[in-house]
Amino acid sequence: MFDFSLLTNWIHSALSSFMPQWLTVTTECVLIGVVLLLTYSVLALFYIWFERKVCAAFQCRLGPNRVGPMGLLQSVADMFKILIKELISLNHTDKFLFALAPYLVILASMLAFAVLPWGNGLQIIDFNIGIFFLIAVSSIGVLGILLAGWSSNNKFTLIGALRSGAQMVSYELSIGLSVLTMVCFAGTMSVGGIVEQQKDLWFIFSGHIPAIIAFIIYLIAGTAETNRGPFDLPEAESELTAGYHTEYSGIHFGFFYLAEYLNLFIVSGVATLLFFGGWMPLHFPGWDTFNMIMDYIPSVVWFIAKAIAISFIIIWFKWTFPRLRIDQMLALEWKYLLPINLFNLVLMVLIVVYGIHF
Amino acid sequence: MVLLTIQNSTLAIAAALTGIGLVALALWLAGLISPRSFNPQKGEAYECGIPTRGESMAQFKVGYYLFAILFLMFDVECVFLFPWAVRVKELGGAGLLSIAIFFIILVLGLVYAWRKGALEWK
Repeated sequence: MFDFSLLTNWIHSALSSFMPQWLTVTTECVLIGVVLLLTYSVLALFYIWFERKVCAAFQCRLGPNRVGPMGLLQSVADMFKILIKELISLNHTDKFLFALAPYLVILASMLAFAVLPWGNGLQIIDFNIGIFFLIAVSSIGVLGILLAGWSSNNKFTLIGALRSGAQMVSYELSIGLSVLTMVCFAGTMSVGGIVEQQKDLWFIFSGHIPAIIAFIIYLIAGTAETNRGPFDLPEAESELTAGYHTEYSGIHFGFFYLAEYLNLFIVSGVATLLFFGGWMPLHFPGWDTFNMIMDYIPSVVWFIAKAIAISFIIIWFKWTFPRLRIDQMLALEWKYLLPINLFNLVLMVLIVVYGIHF
Repeated sequence: MVLLTIQNSTLAIAAALTGIGLVALALWLAGLISPRSFNPQKGEAYECGIPTRGESMAQFKVGYYLFAILFLMFDVECVFLFPWAVRVKELGGAGLLSIAIFFIILVLGLVYAWRKGALEWK
């Protein structure tokens, strides 16, 4: 398995051989920024294409197929189109908050994006409280959405933002508790540490029944967290035109769109990290030949493939279930997911402390 | 990229600046190439072509506020449980007992809110 820290260490020693320390750190930060920016935008464009293709397949259509091979360049073309659209300034908006909202939304997803374990030695930020940091920064996004809805001076956006706020805040609880369940099992909050623990067997296999329940709850809560259907009532087009970003035009709207798709990747990436071993290949204890063959597949491919597979399930939800009403949505979280989650946590603690197996 | 010589907090700041830079760069680009035209109708709120009546930053349903308060209670619980969760194996039965008391009080809080009808959307 190729260790990417060899590459990064080589870059570091090459840079520090002719630069003072502060300049090395600055150059490396700039390099990381460029890499982050490129991955972020390429992945967002890929996801927009992927969502449209999958949606088309579910509806027996072809989907985008004119621009580039298999329509791959369609989202690039869309990006250019959105760049040349006028940025309309409205009469009665709160100008400062209106401009601030896209910054917060993108900032939240970028910070969460930087924590994900991409491959062996390929991780930008590795705090010892990594997963906690991830939950913390991803909740900044709610602020951006609330600001966008409040500052637009439009009743649709206000209702959309409040619905979105209530939804994201409620389902954040479920995400937090299912992450907590897995932290109990792993005994560490560091992202690298959690991946390292799954070297022999992924948590979904080794975590008994509580890990499976936690995964299902995480998947439902993650779908709600990204405001995707069946939980897309903040932007229900038949009642609220477009929800909280109704008044945004051109690239301003593009930021919300970009962040939404990136959040889909981040949610699937975190599910991969917690339940499917991050970048770890599929290993079973005892199956030595099988494990060796799996090791030949690069770690980056493992991570991205697993994340895309989970995103596919989330997109599948969107085209399978009808949209929920707000009372159903809140009842699902507070009356079903939360009690199940609390009970599940107790089960997991019993497993960890007393070694009871289910 | 685990660069041992760089502090994690520095990297977090770098990532945050990248996010801000992305928005600023794209806005600057759009400002350069996008057209501008003035029309008094354009500044109106997008509410199906009818002029907005009254202030839009208006009162809203109190139910949202109630759920935010409930969220606060359980989120703080979650934050307190995290440090214990990391050490759950080492702390063993004694740690479990002390966290169980804390946990039961919060579950009672949820039961109280449920019985009072705070979880209904009216």
